[in-house]
Amino acid sequence: MANQAAIELKNITKTFGSVVANKNVNLTANRGEILSILGENGSGKTTLMNMISGIYFPDEGEIFIDGQPAVIASPKDAFDYKIGMIHQHFKLVDVFSAAENIILGLKEKEGYNLKAAEARISAICEQYGFELDPKKKIYTMAVSEKQTVEIIKVLYRGADILILDEPTAVLTPQETQKLFAVLRKMRDDGKSIIIITHKLHEVLSLSDRVAVLRKGEYVGTVETAKTNESELTEMMVGKKISLNIERSEPKDPQVRLEVHHVDCTNREGSLVLDDVSFHVNAGEILGVAGIAGSGQRELLEVIAGLQKTDSGAVLYHNPKTGNVDLLQGKTPLQIRELGVRLSFVPEDRLGMGLVGNMDITDNMMLRSYRKGHSAFLERRAPKDLAEHIIDELEVVTPGITTPVRRLSGGNVQKVLVGREIAAAPTVLMAAYPVRGLDINSSYTIYNLLNQQKEKGVAVIFVGEDLDVLLELCDRILVIGGGKVTGIVDGRTATKEQVGLLMTKTEGGAEQ
Amino acid sequence: MIVEFISRAILLSIPLLYGSVGEILTEKSGHLNLGIPGIMYSGAIGGVIGAFLYENACGNDLANMNPFLAILIPLICSILFSVFMGLIYSFMTVTLRANQNVTGLAITTFGIGLGNFFGGSLIKLVDSDLPSIALTKTSKFFKAELPFADDLGWFGEIFLSHDFLAYLAIAIALAASFVLSKTRIGLNLRSVGENPATADAAGINVTRYKYLATCIGSAVAGLGGLQYVMAYADGVWSNNAFGDRGWMAIALVIFALWKPSMAIVGSFLFGALCNANNYVQGLGAETQELFKMLPYVVTIVVLIITSMRKKREHQPPESLGLPYFREER
Amino acid sequence: MSQNTKKHHEPLIHIVKRDDMVWWQAWGIRLAAIVLGVLLIGIVSAVLTGESFFEVYGIMFRGVFGRIFEGKTSMLWKFGQDTVILLCLGLAVAPAFKMKFWNCGAEGQALIGGLAAMFCMIQFGGKLPEWMLVPLVIVSSIIAGAIWGLIPAIFKARWNTNETLFTLMMNYVATQIIAYYVYIVGGGSNVINPVETGALPVIGKSQYLLNILIVAALTVAMHVYLKYSKQGYEITVVGESQNTARYIGINVKKVVLRTMMLSGAVCGIAGMLLVAGTDHSINKDTVGGQGFTAIMVAWLGQFNPFVMVLMSALIIFLRTGAAKVADSNMLNSSFADISVGLVILMLVGCEFFIQYSVRLRRAKKGVEA
Repeated sequence: MANQAAIELKNITKTFGSVVANKNVNLTANRGEILSILGENGSGKTTLMNMISGIYFPDEGEIFIDGQPAVIASPKDAFDYKIGMIHQHFKLVDVFSAAENIILGLKEKEGYNLKAAEARISAICEQYGFELDPKKKIYTMAVSEKQTVEIIKVLYRGADILILDEPTAVLTPQETQKLFAVLRKMRDDGKSIIIITHKLHEVLSLSDRVAVLRKGEYVGTVETAKTNESELTEMMVGKKISLNIERSEPKDPQVRLEVHHVDCTNREGSLVLDDVSFHVNAGEILGVAGIAGSGQRELLEVIAGLQKTDSGAVLYHNPKTGNVDLLQGKTPLQIRELGVRLSFVPEDRLGMGLVGNMDITDNMMLRSYRKGHSAFLERRAPKDLAEHIIDELEVVTPGITTPVRRLSGGNVQKVLVGREIAAAPTVLMAAYPVRGLDINSSYTIYNLLNQQKEKGVAVIFVGEDLDVLLELCDRILVIGGGKVTGIVDGRTATKEQVGLLMTKTEGGAEQ
Repeated sequence: MIVEFISRAILLSIPLLYGSVGEILTEKSGHLNLGIPGIMYSGAIGGVIGAFLYENACGNDLANMNPFLAILIPLICSILFSVFMGLIYSFMTVTLRANQNVTGLAITTFGIGLGNFFGGSLIKLVDSDLPSIALTKTSKFFKAELPFADDLGWFGEIFLSHDFLAYLAIAIALAASFVLSKTRIGLNLRSVGENPATADAAGINVTRYKYLATCIGSAVAGLGGLQYVMAYADGVWSNNAFGDRGWMAIALVIFALWKPSMAIVGSFLFGALCNANNYVQGLGAETQELFKMLPYVVTIVVLIITSMRKKREHQPPESLGLPYFREER
Repeated sequence: MSQNTKKHHEPLIHIVKRDDMVWWQAWGIRLAAIVLGVLLIGIVSAVLTGESFFEVYGIMFRGVFGRIFEGKTSMLWKFGQDTVILLCLGLAVAPAFKMKFWNCGAEGQALIGGLAAMFCMIQFGGKLPEWMLVPLVIVSSIIAGAIWGLIPAIFKARWNTNETLFTLMMNYVATQIIAYYVYIVGGGSNVINPVETGALPVIGKSQYLLNILIVAALTVAMHVYLKYSKQGYEITVVGESQNTARYIGINVKKVVLRTMMLSGAVCGIAGMLLVAGTDHSINKDTVGGQGFTAIMVAWLGQFNPFVMVLMSALIIFLRTGAAKVADSNMLNSSFADISVGLVILMLVGCEFFIQYSVRLRRAKKGVEA
């Protein structure tokens, strides 16, 4: 069974407008093996897999399944070839139950029979060791449950080529181990499993072979047993890099921002911040580590005045007046009127930080348009600022009047960070500022954060890459299930230590 | 008088029921069709044209008319007209991904224009003294009552005295309710309206479902126009007489929380409200004008109440009004 | 579902989202859609009436502009009047739509504005001097329209109540209030005789000149407001992304309320122009469904007031012209609605070709698109 090619890609190319997402990619996945697709964010992994599962159609190239040329023009075609994909963003209907989602789109002989479907789902759960209530509505589920639904959905359809897009991004280590055990079981069943990831240790512990993509191009495939972390990194980023992020000692650290016992309930009514307390000093970078969705976003939004708190206090020590101001319960505008210079680089760049359809100048104005007493806009200063940022941060853009949604991810981020820093903040918050950015742009961002720190700004950096957090930050606050599980020194803490803290309360929070 | 009031309210409610069930089917596929008022007009005029042609073919003699054909021909013409409008709407919004609200409004302008154009032309053709055209013979067939309805007193008048299209409306509403909640097709359709990307990934032909739901929904809504002319108005078409019932049907969808079975109750209530001004004693003509406001005010109140009680299952389909493009990034 | 038959199933037509098109290309496509629509109307008219294809356009032109080459300008003035009323309503809904607030209630807001004007003209006519009465008429109609627009906005801001349906229903409430008022004042005759007190003065040659000038000023003002004012900027941000608006500290609710007040107020002006500036009377059909047409004017004009001028002129030209074609050939006048609907559908549909490009797969092998 093994070493028999299940799926083979030849010279696949896909472009979106002027962006080349995949260029001449060749790839083979065998039966009875786990193949990892490794690559940085934005290297074209997901686009490639979307072409196998029929979401996109390649511009050029061919796909072979079991040696036969295949045309996969729609997800339905993919099912017919027994290909199933578990997307990173779950494709589930929120108001449906698990069982309804699983049988969606199928044409079973016995007609519409939810009971029979539920029984079959339970059988699959038993076979591979999942836990799932088929009657539960999706909108009441935790992320890991939703992922289980996705996997069962694919198995229910009898898929024998499974593609998983970053399946561990939302899971705790325990959940990850559980998932890996299931995947190994499936491999032993003769299924072909393709897993997209950018986490090296997962690649090494799980897969049989690794295919590497870099900037949309296929670099090569190696057997996991015959490779190591540094070789894979080199393939992935092009040359061997050590992170080597500069880190200066904080000068004259004074408390700038204090958060005391903050509780916060989100719109769905679940407690997302549970008794959170910490402080940030001027002239330091405080890292925030945690599994995605542990309350990082809410934490920053509480400070920025975008999210209401149930209880607790957020205090700002104003360096100019020496006053201590209460921030919670105030709107962003009221906070600014207090003289608090708070800059915020949100996670959702085009959905929150910038307006995609406006040009760079008009986006600069978002922060400053209120200046002056005139009822009319003053576009000269924002235009100068836009030109300055394009120049300084080497933003690649056709022109100053180009809508920002047409820029690449890295350039969008430069525009956003540039604007936030131009406001001369005393507190700078950045949520996942290097997500989706190439190495060079990432370093530009790290340098900018360091410069701010040296200027005496209190920087809060929410990151996902522990290596970066450990090299960049002075202190790291670890958050798990809405609780602060620890605050460690960035210079002395180890990866394992932080990783352990990230998952500390997960078990308890679930029940 | 109570009996007459209820019976009348039922009669008034039927076009609204057709319209709202048609709109529910369309909205379940994620399309807010503001063209329904125009589509109901075209369904009505389609039936009028069919009936007119058949009556003329029979030499305008009741004795020559075959009851089966007298009903079937207008019915088919009505469906053809409204499905044609539905097709235009779906081509624009599904294939060309045009803005649904603007397209819908244009369809309404177009459909009402179409109805009045053909209606006006027919009126001119028969050289009638009144600004209307009467198809009373065809109407007789449509309004055939159950033979024993009159013998059963108030029960008969309320429940058994209606035209067959009224019963068909309730049957369609119940059937739609069943299909939506108890069949695979219904499940697939709902998923298309909630989250087309998910439905697409599950191998459901999103485009086909959107087209079918919109066109079937239009056909159902068009029958509302037909029932209005043939049963309510005794086969008399006059321009603009159908009024704004189409908008009320759309409002009813919200009242019914996107459930066809609830639309039955809702349309009866609306029918009763539209009718109330004729049954409240001692109203001056000017107060009657104010009374006609009632259904709209009630709709507004319902709109506000449902928006205040944000229950997850009572919200509109999640992707309502949004175009779907698979390769969106 | 055999896999072999699939081999040649490669989709022939492939739809791709475009990068932004150059503006003149986009307008070229829109122009082509208009031309195509107008040609279609010509063909349908020619078939229905038996007139020659070119004669149809002759009738349309003469029907709209009259014997303008002989120096008779009355038809031209009427054309101008109809255009500016539609334009005024379009200008009113533009800021709301730009904010993605679907104000389908221009009809009702204009009617209530007109009602306020009528009420003042009747109630205070002869009791107040004209120099006081006319401003009172204007201000009261603006306020009345603003309030009528504000009501649905309050519920939208507080409970996110669906504004499309709310504003739609408010139209019918307004209609019935007018019917009630007309019944009381007209004493059951359903007609209010023209009232001259408090009417807008006639300047220049035509009674329409003042209306046209007011709307022209409004057009420029709206353009400046949307493009160069801080409030206009806030409208754009709220319309593009409410999250961004909140993030930069815009009070979204306040912007929604303020913009809908503005929208209603401008509708009120349109109603006032119809009542105090034109008819000097009011009835249920004073606005005549133009509130809906105005939505299409705003949308097709991409919320750019100057483009909206052209769009309203186009729609009025088609409506008047097609009605004339129908009239002179014993066709029903609703032919005009069909014609307008047709061209609007063409214009709405052509946006597809501006946003997406259709590629034929086989043809482009090896060719860079």
